[in-house]
Amino acid sequence: MELLLQPWPWYVSGPLIALVMVLLIYFGKTFGMSSNLRTLCTMGGADNFASFFKFDWKSQIWNLTVVLGAVIGGFIAVNFLSDGSTIALNPETVSDLSSLGFENAGASLLPPEIYDWNAALTLKGLLILIGGGFLVGFGTRYAGGCTSGHAISGLSNLQWPSLVAVIGFFIGGLVMVHFLYPLIFSA
Amino acid sequence: MKLLKYLMVGVFFGIVLVKSEAVSWYRIFEMFQFQSFHMYGIIGSAVVVGIAAIWLIKKSRLNSIEGQPIEIPSKDKSIARYIIGGSVFGLGWGLAGACPGPMYILVGTGVLSMFLVIGGAILGTFMYGVLRDKLPH
Repeated sequence: MELLLQPWPWYVSGPLIALVMVLLIYFGKTFGMSSNLRTLCTMGGADNFASFFKFDWKSQIWNLTVVLGAVIGGFIAVNFLSDGSTIALNPETVSDLSSLGFENAGASLLPPEIYDWNAALTLKGLLILIGGGFLVGFGTRYAGGCTSGHAISGLSNLQWPSLVAVIGFFIGGLVMVHFLYPLIFSA
Repeated sequence: MKLLKYLMVGVFFGIVLVKSEAVSWYRIFEMFQFQSFHMYGIIGSAVVVGIAAIWLIKKSRLNSIEGQPIEIPSKDKSIARYIIGGSVFGLGWGLAGACPGPMYILVGTGVLSMFLVIGGAILGTFMYGVLRDKLPH
């Protein structure tokens, strides 16, 4: 039980994520978490605006069910399977973050400097969260997949387009963290 | 009842991603700083096991749970959409520190401000759908 409550090392977590992919393949589906966003658009009436959203969203209910399960899984992990240990970040990361104005890095899953309501509900906070989400949503559909669809499923199936997409993920992420963070955040 | 297995897979996925800390904004930052092997280890070991598993599935011609032959769709060939779309995704991944799986899982961990990110992502997906014909693919 103690092992279960501690953070799980990468060599346990990675193969378990592969197991999730294999299970979905065995169920005759594919592993890709971003497809739901398109489904949610269609359910909200986006099919009236673009042909991209004209599809039978009911065929995707299984996918929405996975999402619902993921939310429940997050709840279970935090409330019943956690010993409250902090995230063992590289001390260099912690000091880099401190110079950007982020204190107590690793004490929680997300920085309160961005995600606490009093930060989120400022103009800057709203732009960061909604803007960040927007880029994720736009980019993942443009690229035809996200971390699960390309970095896990695509690479596991030896698809070179997925490798190109993952390289793109890193170009964007590196530009954001190395060049834009100092402009957006400062201590 | 047919949906129950998907619910269980989702629960399992959510637990694994929290316990691996892959849902943490800090871990994503650390990854883009190349200051830890953690995220590379998670993705790398998932892919290595995944390659072996998919190879076995194809070689054994395994049928799905419903008795149909398993078909794993190939990705469309293109450079532009993967580099441009991928980079846009990466900018958002770096900024919000959450990709489409974790953004849902984190709601379950109690971070309700994540709904702002999810709302943004739905809006972004909608904009892509509207602009799709005008974008290089």
